[in-house]
Amino acid sequence: MSALVEYLISGIALGCGFALLASGFVVIFRVTEVINFTQGTLAVIGGFVAYSALTSAGIPQGLAEALGVLAAGGAGLTFGAVAIGKRGTPPLASLVITLGLSVAAYAAEIAIWGDQPISFSALPGDFVLAGAHLLRQYLLVIGVAILALAALGIFFAHTYAGKGMTACADNRFAAQMVGINVRRMGLFAFALGGLLGGLAGVLLIPIQPLSFNSDAESLIAGYWQASYQTVVALGLMLLLMVWQARRRAELA
Amino acid sequence: MLRIADLVVRWGVATALDGVSLTIGDGEMVALVGPNGAGKSTLVKALAGLVRPVSGTIAVEGRIAYVPEGRQLFSGMSVEDNLSLGAWRGRDRDPGRVYQVLPALAPLARRRAGTLSGGQQQMVAVGRALMADPEILLVDELSLGLAPIVVSELADQLRLLHETRDLAVLLIEQNAQLALDLCSRGYVLENGRIVTSGSSAELQRSEAVRRAYLGGGDKYENHADRPEQGPP
Repeated sequence: MSALVEYLISGIALGCGFALLASGFVVIFRVTEVINFTQGTLAVIGGFVAYSALTSAGIPQGLAEALGVLAAGGAGLTFGAVAIGKRGTPPLASLVITLGLSVAAYAAEIAIWGDQPISFSALPGDFVLAGAHLLRQYLLVIGVAILALAALGIFFAHTYAGKGMTACADNRFAAQMVGINVRRMGLFAFALGGLLGGLAGVLLIPIQPLSFNSDAESLIAGYWQASYQTVVALGLMLLLMVWQARRRAELA
Repeated sequence: MLRIADLVVRWGVATALDGVSLTIGDGEMVALVGPNGAGKSTLVKALAGLVRPVSGTIAVEGRIAYVPEGRQLFSGMSVEDNLSLGAWRGRDRDPGRVYQVLPALAPLARRRAGTLSGGQQQMVAVGRALMADPEILLVDELSLGLAPIVVSELADQLRLLHETRDLAVLLIEQNAQLALDLCSRGYVLENGRIVTSGSSAELQRSEAVRRAYLGGGDKYENHADRPEQGPP
């Protein structure tokens, strides 16, 4: 029983982290129609920057994690500027640009942080649930994910800026006609996606050490250790995404 | 108020607009008629800044708002949200002022725009444009895909808006009869060029316009055979 509870709670926590990562993916796709292949990279950047701030600069953990999230947001904005910054870039071209950026990011990450998995300590302490000893970090991940997703929901449904972004997702042409700058909204979406990815990164890194190529594995939900299955699955997903994006480009 | 001079727009090698000039004065209602592919939609896109002209000038005094072809609502969003987004560049986002001029929209406020009938959707599109407090309203294909009775109701509303608010209107229409009935003067666009212009009465009498666009018989005949879009 205690083993079941342990798997259940740790699984939910991991799932919540992935939900945050994926919600960033969705935000960017909805507003820009671009499948952002740097989404996993953003989580890695968030986790790594937090790690450096914590270990090299000696910044308190909470602050270091906040820095990591902000850095990921900045990285998201930068990736977005490269991918959609040029007027009239078709979504398929932007998709390929993000794919290239995510590979280029490998080089930068290895140069800065090396190629070994990185982690830092979780929230100290544990709690007992139905006989199982569980990390308090799990509760933190679940709690923060629920809060962040609720805030995201409120932002899109009830704020004017959020409605403007929803409008871009609903009908780009109409959004342009009412004067919404859809490119600026797209950049905003990339920044938001970066923040969400970074949040996932700093929350998960104490539970699951991240390495430079964790992004590819995270894209296929959960295999943090690369295996041939992940490569096959990733390849299939890539093909599917490119095909989908092409179809969209043709429709548009 | 709106002055377009020698506008040239190309799509790749194809010339969509070839030296188009037209003017709209304060509070004037002007028709731009022409067949499919004449360049009407390109002109709208150029005015909205969505395409860059090769040459020519567009001078606008005052705010311009668009009722795009095919309504182009945010179909997954409520009527209220559609309206308030119309004020994106303005300050007052309260749709109440549109309900005053288009009272039929008030009871639909919470409905999803995509679930409305074609006529209702067109009214939302007009309302959304009005939210920008425009001095010029650009209406692209008001009648497209709508039943004749709905079109004449919308036309009445548009005329009322024009008269009561001193709103300048550029009505871009394939349905030349409707456009020339509503507007005092008009331009005829064909293959990217203004081929003729003048008062609506003159244009209606002009043999070329009659032959090409008006046909004979019933007032809204051009569109009578098109089914109304969306659920009733």
